[in-house]
Amino acid sequence: MIRVRGLNKWFGEHHVLHDVDLDVARGEVVVVIGPSGSGKSTLCRCLNRLEAADSGEILVDGVPVPAEGRELARLRADVGMVFQSFNLFQHKTVLENVMLAPMKVRGVSRAEAGRTAHELLARVGIAEQAGKQPARLSGGQQQRAAIARALAMRPKAMLFDEPTSALDPEMVGEVLDVMTGLAADGMTMVVVTHEMGFARRAADRVVFMDGGRIVETGEPNAFFDSPRTDRARDFLAKVLTH
Amino acid sequence: MSALFDHLPEFWQGLVVTLQMTMTSFAGAAVVGLVIVAMRVGPVPVLRRVATVYVETLQNLPLLVLLVLAVFGLPEIGLKAGLTTTAIVVIALYEGAYIAEALRSGVNAISAGQGEAARALGLTFGQSLRHVVLPQALRTVVQPIGNIFIALTMNTSLAAAVGVVELTAAANRVNLLEAQPIPIFVGAGLAYAAIAAGAGFVTGRLERRLAVAR
Repeated sequence: MIRVRGLNKWFGEHHVLHDVDLDVARGEVVVVIGPSGSGKSTLCRCLNRLEAADSGEILVDGVPVPAEGRELARLRADVGMVFQSFNLFQHKTVLENVMLAPMKVRGVSRAEAGRTAHELLARVGIAEQAGKQPARLSGGQQQRAAIARALAMRPKAMLFDEPTSALDPEMVGEVLDVMTGLAADGMTMVVVTHEMGFARRAADRVVFMDGGRIVETGEPNAFFDSPRTDRARDFLAKVLTH
Repeated sequence: MSALFDHLPEFWQGLVVTLQMTMTSFAGAAVVGLVIVAMRVGPVPVLRRVATVYVETLQNLPLLVLLVLAVFGLPEIGLKAGLTTTAIVVIALYEGAYIAEALRSGVNAISAGQGEAARALGLTFGQSLRHVVLPQALRTVVQPIGNIFIALTMNTSLAAAVGVVELTAAANRVNLLEAQPIPIFVGAGLAYAAIAAGAGFVTGRLERRLAVAR
């Protein structure tokens, strides 16, 4: 589904991604973990070209990610993305947030977009918030609305860039529940997160990054119980103690 | 005071021309501003450059110079239009640069995540600008744009210098007959003040109506 080969990315002098290779199969849930600054968010943002990589190739569904223009927009329409800071459109209601892209990008009628939006908002458990402006919602509700907005495009894959990092602790669960449900439904997902519990529970594979490289990758139980590299062992010792 | 009231028809004529110039050139400036800001924040380097040069050029030249150049220069190269029309176009192009800058500050005030989210959903750059970024940017710059409207209203009086008989020129003509500058120009000034006050009232209302919870 997603195939990354030899990806390199610099921010000025800083080499943030170092020859990264990654494959994500259809229906697979890959959770990317690692310390801050390890390049995991950048990797995620490169997958739909919100960041342009400096070298290497990315194929989505067998097609190289286009550099720009309408083809790039078409690819992005098929790859949903959920951001750390939600990024709901502040001037539109929650319902309009979910309806906008299907109407403008897919040419879906207003009536049908509205129906789908109501269904999706119900699915993520915030049906009664449909008419409100995003700022009136709690963080957890906003993030669930953002997931509904991405799902409204019926994406082939979903990217999650630290979806719970900006949430109060008691709201993390409701968002992770929605994501776990998606994973169970067979959605192809790349999830950048610090939620080790989610990684263990929902991931098919864990990718551990450090210093812009993929250091270790493996099935979650094996990875968490017996990491092969010192760096991963060190990282897990720090995050799993509390 | 009679100097003012004896010549009400002339004043009225001048005021009508001033209002016409204000409205049409503001509408033109709004269009110019939108186009320029779209080019300036867009992804095409050459359009960004063109828009930057446009803004820098028009902001750095006095409007009066532009008016004189257009009124006397354009006929030389075979472009002939009515005085008022020429003045309206020049003012629209000039104020368009200011509107573009006000809009750009509004665009910069919107978090980058808004545009990213729009593009991540598959909206093209133009669509994300039109449906997501600009509607929010506009809300943040209602007041500066109101100020530009007021400045534009005052700037239409410069057209008097190139022969357009708008409010200031009308007042000047009446003064040549009556030689009572104080009541005549105070009267004209009050008319400008009324337009500006109206604009202030409208922008205040708009700002409250369009407020977005953040």
